[in-house]
Amino acid sequence: MSDMRTPLARVRGLGSAREGTGHFWAQRLTAIALIPLVIFFLGFLISLNGADFITVRAALANPFVGLMFLLMVVAGLYHMRLGMHVIIEDYIHSEGGKIALIILNTFFAIAVGVAAVFALVKLAFGG
Amino acid sequence: MSKATATRARPLSPHLTIYRWPVTMTVSILHRVTGGALYFGTLLVAWWLIAAATSESHFNMVNGVFGSWFGRLVLFGYTWALIHHMLGGIRHLIWDTGAGLEKHTASKFGWANIAVAIVLTVLVWIAGYAARGF
Repeated sequence: MSDMRTPLARVRGLGSAREGTGHFWAQRLTAIALIPLVIFFLGFLISLNGADFITVRAALANPFVGLMFLLMVVAGLYHMRLGMHVIIEDYIHSEGGKIALIILNTFFAIAVGVAAVFALVKLAFGG
Repeated sequence: MSKATATRARPLSPHLTIYRWPVTMTVSILHRVTGGALYFGTLLVAWWLIAAATSESHFNMVNGVFGSWFGRLVLFGYTWALIHHMLGGIRHLIWDTGAGLEKHTASKFGWANIAVAIVLTVLVWIAGYAARGF
């Protein structure tokens, strides 16, 4: 059977959803990045278990720790936003509810991300 | 044009009630459930970071909540969800290469995911308590 797609659509190779493998690729990319970042996060929390306010602030103000946390927050929130997007698409069948939740999903990820990044930057700059 | 015009319910696959429950189904469901839980778990991480950036009294309050028996239960669950989901993710990344898709291999991956996640979670908590001198 002949290909019904236009030559432009074939060249772009993005399919009917017009995003190709973008979601899949970003999901895998962030997943790979999160493996070392989450292992660092767990190790950091183990080493700081029971530590007081001054010790925790000093640890989080360390540039390496701060950068690892920033990377983890950004990669983690991007990753979870992609995951929740699929969960919403799978289980919410009303069009309005689906769109509303997909919007809220992005708002949630950005709100949590901005709050965490703000706290980390404040700690890094000695606030 | 793309509007569905079915006038009666389409038949559904009977797989959930008829087939023997495979472990790969358990870990597949757990992967999604732990991912959903971690989604909201980020609120705990953000709250802790904000507390550390705010004031000693706020930080001690958050530490008090996290240190209560209920807080510890939630954090233990969070640790398990994080490790289980990470191991599940590694399982999927291996499958992405085309390896390990054979039925019995996939089942072994599933059991390993469950077992290693529990062992690592307990080890993380033992290490955590050791760090603060029990």
